[in-house]
Amino acid sequence: MTDSKYFTTTKKGEIFELKAELNSDKKEKKKEAVKKVIASMTVGKDVSALFPDVVNCMQTDNLELKKLVYLYLMNYAKSQPDMAIMAVNTFVKDCEDPNPLIRALAVRTMGCIRVDKITEYLCEPLRKCLKDEDPYVRKTAAVCVAKLHDINAQLVEDQGFLDTLKDLISDSNPMVVANAVAALSEIAESHPNSNLLDLNPQTINKLLTALNECTEWGQIFILDCLANYMPRDDRESQSICERVTPRLSHANSAVVLSAVKVLMKFMEMLPKDLDYYGTLLKKLAPPLVTLLSAEPELQYVALRNINLIVQKRPEILKHEMKVFFVKYNDPIYVKLEKLDIMIRLASQANIAQVLAELKEYATEVDVDFVRKAVRAIGRCAIKVEQSAERCVSTLLDLIQTKVNYVVQEAIVVIKDIFRKYPNKYESVIATLCENLDSLDEPEARAAMIWIVGEYAERIDNADELLESFLEGFHDESTQVQLQLLTAIVKLFLKKPTETQELVQQVLSLATQDSDNPDLRDRGYIYWRLLSTDPVAAKEVVLAEKPLISEETDLIEPTLLEELICHIGTLASVYHKPPSAFVEGSRGVQHKRIPARAGSGESAESSDVGQSGPSEAPPAVIPSQGDLLGDLLNLDLAPPTATVPSVQPSMQMGAMDLLGGGLDSLMGDDSDTLGGDIGGSPSMGAGLGAAPAAMPASLGAAPAVGGGLGDLFDLGGGVGMPTGSYVAPKTVWLLAMKGKGLEISGTFARRGGIIQMDLTLTNKAMSVMTDFAIQFNRNSFGLAPAGPLQVLTPLSPNQTIDVSLPLSTSGPVMKMEPLNNLQVAVKNNIDVFYFSCQYPLSLLFVEDGKMDRQVFLATWKDIPNENEAHFQIKDIHLNSDVASNKLQGSNIFTIAKRTVEGQDMLYQSVKLTNGIWVLAEMRIQTGNPNYTLSIRCRAPEVCQFVYLCYELVLKN
Amino acid sequence: MIGGLFIYNHKGEVLISRVYRDDIGRNAVDAFRVNVIHARQQVRSPVTNIARTSFFHVKRSNIWLAAVTKQNVNAAMVFEFLYKMCDVMAAYFGKISEENIKNNFVLIYELLDEILDFGYPQNSETGALKTFITQQGIKGQHQTKEEQSQITSQVTGQIGWRREGIKYRRNELFLDVLESVNLLMSPQGQVLSAHVSGRVVMKSYLSGMPECKFGMNDKIVIDKQGKGGTTDDPGKSGKQSIAIDDCTFHQCVRLSKFDSERSISFIPPDGEYELMRYRTTKDIILPFRVIPLVREVGRTKLEVKVVIKSNFKPSLLAQKIEVRIPTPLNTSGVQVICMKGKAKYKASENAIVWKIKRMAGMKESQISAEIELLPTNDKKKWARPPISMNFEVPFAPSGLKVRYLKVFESKLNYSDHDVIKWVRYIGRSGIYETRC
Repeated sequence: MTDSKYFTTTKKGEIFELKAELNSDKKEKKKEAVKKVIASMTVGKDVSALFPDVVNCMQTDNLELKKLVYLYLMNYAKSQPDMAIMAVNTFVKDCEDPNPLIRALAVRTMGCIRVDKITEYLCEPLRKCLKDEDPYVRKTAAVCVAKLHDINAQLVEDQGFLDTLKDLISDSNPMVVANAVAALSEIAESHPNSNLLDLNPQTINKLLTALNECTEWGQIFILDCLANYMPRDDRESQSICERVTPRLSHANSAVVLSAVKVLMKFMEMLPKDLDYYGTLLKKLAPPLVTLLSAEPELQYVALRNINLIVQKRPEILKHEMKVFFVKYNDPIYVKLEKLDIMIRLASQANIAQVLAELKEYATEVDVDFVRKAVRAIGRCAIKVEQSAERCVSTLLDLIQTKVNYVVQEAIVVIKDIFRKYPNKYESVIATLCENLDSLDEPEARAAMIWIVGEYAERIDNADELLESFLEGFHDESTQVQLQLLTAIVKLFLKKPTETQELVQQVLSLATQDSDNPDLRDRGYIYWRLLSTDPVAAKEVVLAEKPLISEETDLIEPTLLEELICHIGTLASVYHKPPSAFVEGSRGVQHKRIPARAGSGESAESSDVGQSGPSEAPPAVIPSQGDLLGDLLNLDLAPPTATVPSVQPSMQMGAMDLLGGGLDSLMGDDSDTLGGDIGGSPSMGAGLGAAPAAMPASLGAAPAVGGGLGDLFDLGGGVGMPTGSYVAPKTVWLLAMKGKGLEISGTFARRGGIIQMDLTLTNKAMSVMTDFAIQFNRNSFGLAPAGPLQVLTPLSPNQTIDVSLPLSTSGPVMKMEPLNNLQVAVKNNIDVFYFSCQYPLSLLFVEDGKMDRQVFLATWKDIPNENEAHFQIKDIHLNSDVASNKLQGSNIFTIAKRTVEGQDMLYQSVKLTNGIWVLAEMRIQTGNPNYTLSIRCRAPEVCQFVYLCYELVLKN
Repeated sequence: MIGGLFIYNHKGEVLISRVYRDDIGRNAVDAFRVNVIHARQQVRSPVTNIARTSFFHVKRSNIWLAAVTKQNVNAAMVFEFLYKMCDVMAAYFGKISEENIKNNFVLIYELLDEILDFGYPQNSETGALKTFITQQGIKGQHQTKEEQSQITSQVTGQIGWRREGIKYRRNELFLDVLESVNLLMSPQGQVLSAHVSGRVVMKSYLSGMPECKFGMNDKIVIDKQGKGGTTDDPGKSGKQSIAIDDCTFHQCVRLSKFDSERSISFIPPDGEYELMRYRTTKDIILPFRVIPLVREVGRTKLEVKVVIKSNFKPSLLAQKIEVRIPTPLNTSGVQVICMKGKAKYKASENAIVWKIKRMAGMKESQISAEIELLPTNDKKKWARPPISMNFEVPFAPSGLKVRYLKVFESKLNYSDHDVIKWVRYIGRSGIYETRC
């Protein structure tokens, strides 16, 4: 049989010919024709014109032909919904077929046809199939519920399919259980707050039993679902771990990784002094290493995950360095990932081996790989102090090779080494200077210029060197220009007599001839500093720089926690939270690791991956570092006494000082004001680059920074109140329903008074008088505070605007939705009823600014389950503007902190009935989507608060 | 979950396209072709994100298989599924080639419909699939009710990999212990890394639903048993048992039992399958040692001398020995002298390939070569890729020994003694490299 011939027909009139064949009497010919149609469909030809003819072939005993027709239907039904109806009868009939394979086929295919009319007919057969005697049909029907939910969620809920699906978790057949779990997990994901997957010890037990019996894929579904469960205590956690560990020996890597995910997560709850904890740690290493003998694509997935695991729990793989050595034939993506992990595992014990390997790699062919290897040598030097000397000499050897990109890369890392070990390796500067001419990449040039400026007093011809760069000043990239400016100023401060001309030259180049505001501003600042107070200038520019920290590319702890919960998935491959690459509501839910119970807490904090500025307690509320840490559900390291811990506030202070104009100065690829090359941004090459190590500029005058920070403190109401947002009026009562009276309106909160703004229009022929208004009981007790003031009779075609003040002291009854308001308006003609929905911001009171301490305590106090997560899309405001806007609607920003270019705003809101709503809003520079987490003791209001946020920010 | 699955030929033409989810449009097919298959640069990652759509791909000869999704899927699962898909196709029609795919496209669609439902992988055991997805589509109609329900219970059941009612006149099984030994050695002869990755492949032709138990010289098991026995000679017992770093099993093996008792018990699939994989790193017998000596004589000449030593019992014979000595790109001519076998300079591969058909244990052999170089002004030094080796030896370099494989079938009247069992050990070179 050679079906490949179907791929080659490209004749004219083909469609016509096919039509004839499809209608042929001979079965064989029909089948051949359908095959041709499918082949054409595959290669992308439009064969939708044949729809009726193909569907006609559906009524057949031939299963192969039937499947082909179904395939066609799934592809084209959407474009021909009316015709697709023709197929319904066959589907319904097939669902009753005695052969379970045909029943399942019918229900499976029907779910794939996304046509409303067909969906209606699907419900009855689906209901039967969910209870079918044959497990094959049931497992297919379980998935079909998820399909239907994707088409019409409401329908699935109304028809009660969700309950049936939940029942299937107790099914006797393990595959039915697995598919039901998969379907429920998917549905639950699109309802982040629903309690659909009601995981309790009983269901968990059922899942764990099914885990031993179902297919490899089913095991994955179940493990992934288990990972979402929060065990009640450490004992339950341990018993689940014990039942999951056997999966680590499964041949399927995905089963292994999903098991690792469950263990990594639940382990967090186990007390560290428990024997079992140690056993578990030991059990994790071998399967992870085994993953590296899988096919390269899986190795890649495994390595990306191991990268996370090593950051979270370095002890697991600390003895396994060798397995990460790069093999000559590894694909490049595997090589690069292995290299990353090697550096993470490098320690004093194994550094000699690692360095020997890295040196080997630096002679390879692939440019990216070689660069990374060179950079890795530098990172080793910074990480393992004892090896620094050897690393530097290795780098010098590499510079001697004169391979252009190797030299450049080496210079960039040597600059970092200088930052870590000042005044130790300056003897190599001469060698570096020899390579000045071969540098053509901005980063390398900037690094070299920084070195020259920093050590100007030891380089005899520093002025000549810098002057040589100055010639092409305007052709350089900003990074180099900024660096050159700073370096020359440094040089001037060190050797004022010989370099006056040079400094004037660069200042005029920077301030007068440049279009770049960053450069110009920095130029002016230097100019003024130098001209007003050279001593102060010296103190600022030549201030002692804080040392850079060892690990600069650690993933931020909150993100790391989240990614650990996503082991095995795409998120863990991208090292990004799902919300960064998944559209819609799916995946927006942030997953978190359960907190450890009892005693382990304090011991734990030390192994979360020490150091790194991202670990430092947020300085926004310096004294409350620990509290805020808890608030974010992190296990924070004890505040390190090093300077970096003050960093966030200084960074903020600096930004405020310069009114945002120099924002990019603090950005990740340029350096800082004070003129040292920004810590180690160059080293944070990985995906999760941590914030640049230090803005040193303000380090010289921390008081100034702090003061300015306070001055611009976010909470203090300095921000201009923009007033709350008032939605445009919408029509509430149509003239048709109101016997000629049309009412449109909106709600507003003005100066603490809630008002209902109404527009009444008389579209009838007669005059209207005697207006009155009344509200039904509602969730927040809204009631008119006075009578409806329509003094003059409303004549035909007349419109009148009325403002009705409202109070919140009326009778209370919970409404559905919460913000629903039922209104009755009476006039001389009749009584009319309508309902409308008010924005919850109406109820946000003016004194809703919570004290910081109280906020922290309250946030901790509210149980985790009460937290809801949302995403606000397409907002192009910076955090200050946003918080100003929100404040106009009585959403108060209490604190702000900046981590890794991500602003976190902590906000509070108080409702008229005294309910407090706490929120955390994250704003990532360059990402128009904000992430909002809301906590409230009354979780049902969260959704509405989120809507207010969206409304306010979008208008 | 998986939103769609596409198969392309090397030119990027679609051979198979099946979409499971509404969020994947037809343009996804083209996006992958343009951004990955036709990309100028070599593939830098097996996962590609194009316009918020993620593509996973694997390549088999010159066929691309790509799975597409817009969700946060389990990435490991997607790749495992793609490999499985390749296995299933290979089991149905042999090699995965453009010709075979085009010839079997109807079958492939049928398979894709069965083993992926709404993007969720379903039972993909070929044993089970072959009972109801056949090239004779009509078969479905002539099955009896029992046959039908037998199929469905097998597909969904606990023992999805084996059907009931299998009968053989001769109950027979074959066990192959296949190991690949990997080595990375420094020029000075220091072992940088060495490990054995082994597989136990079983071919079973057994009647009924036999319960099997497999035993090997696993150190943990032996130590446990030897507690009361004679453990006075540590040297001896050390040799007889091996430390397994980690192992993984076919889904037929009861993992919880292995976890608690470390016993390997299972009901085997019919025919050939891989029972387990394992990895060892301790006490590996390295069958060969390569001693390189490279000397640069001026700028235009290299002298290379390589000695190989076989390191196993003299009574055993290694086969298919091949040593590959890389040469610089600017090689103009090579002269080789070897004591044994044949050696040739292959310009297209930039290597001297030295082949020896057979070699007994505890022997050594040597090759020396003079490499003439063209003068170049290329500043970059020659990277000196490692010398690699291939071979096959009739023992397991890890030291693994099969102790028993017991078969129990209570319902049929054959016992463990009636089963004919064959065991074979083959050790092959994996990546066996010595830097020079």
